[in-house]
Amino acid sequence: MLGDNSMILGHRLSQLCGHGPTLETDIALTNISLDFFGQVRSYFQYAAEIKGGDATEDSIAYLRYEREHFNAILVEQPNTDFAYVIARQFLFDAYHRLLLEQLIDSQDERIAAIAAKSIKESKYHLRFSSEWVKRLGAGTDISHSKMQDALNALFPFVHELFHETEIEKEMKDKGIGADLNKIKENYYPIINEVLSNAQIIKPDFPDRQTNGKTGMHTEYLGFILAEFQYMQRAYPNMTW
Amino acid sequence: MSNNEWPIWEIFIRSKNGLEHRHVGSLHASDADMAMENARDVYTRRQEGVSIWVVESNHITASNPDNNGELFEPAQDKVYRHPTFYDLPIELKHI
Repeated sequence: MLGDNSMILGHRLSQLCGHGPTLETDIALTNISLDFFGQVRSYFQYAAEIKGGDATEDSIAYLRYEREHFNAILVEQPNTDFAYVIARQFLFDAYHRLLLEQLIDSQDERIAAIAAKSIKESKYHLRFSSEWVKRLGAGTDISHSKMQDALNALFPFVHELFHETEIEKEMKDKGIGADLNKIKENYYPIINEVLSNAQIIKPDFPDRQTNGKTGMHTEYLGFILAEFQYMQRAYPNMTW
Repeated sequence: MSNNEWPIWEIFIRSKNGLEHRHVGSLHASDADMAMENARDVYTRRQEGVSIWVVESNHITASNPDNNGELFEPAQDKVYRHPTFYDLPIELKHI
């Protein structure tokens, strides 16, 4: 779940490589994508060790079917426009940072070590995406309405991040995973402060039914995986 | 491109403590905060530095190439301004 969130969001950002609105933001988004893939490798190397047998980081990344992915629905949403990219990033980064803050104290040493390394990256991601929410939100009339539209569209997916699945409860009880309620308490104040600076009205739409964390995805994930897994499926065990 | 509306910033990076900041290039940004973030992403992604300065380019006054004659040529025939006429003892190194 941890790895899938980073992998799918990282892939979405990588799709923007060479398409960013300016050279500087293009490089920034690609850097962030690479940060996520660095995290994914750490998680999947660990997962492969636990799984044992023939499992490798690559088999975990490239050879699972759609229902075997447990990312939140939020991160698979498309790169509709730059405001969507920023909104998705901001809503995820605020959660991700709070999550990693807790995972640093995980009873599992490997998870704690990955969290300690990733949190520096996550702090920067949140700084980057918050700044852009403010710039677009408090910018021109057009940028404001695009930012508001994007947040309106993506906000209904946020609640899933805090909806505790069975596996998350088990991990929390073992002291390995995070307490999502605690994250939720701290999450909305962060969001609210940025949105008010950005002159954005906090979206108030009904929550969407989302079960990405138990493997039920939107149609977008299938397309992502088709692209993402193509090489390994067409040329099994290929390496660069 | 909308890029044209953003001012240009000059970026200086200190590669390690004890060394001076060096000019590494320029980039576009709407203000100093964004220039700092962009500089971090464009110029320090391969561990190039430990400190960043950003300066908006229009704050730099540059010499005009047309004035190169009066600015620089008078120094050309004054070799005695270089400290090359001293005999140094062999024991002295690194000078």
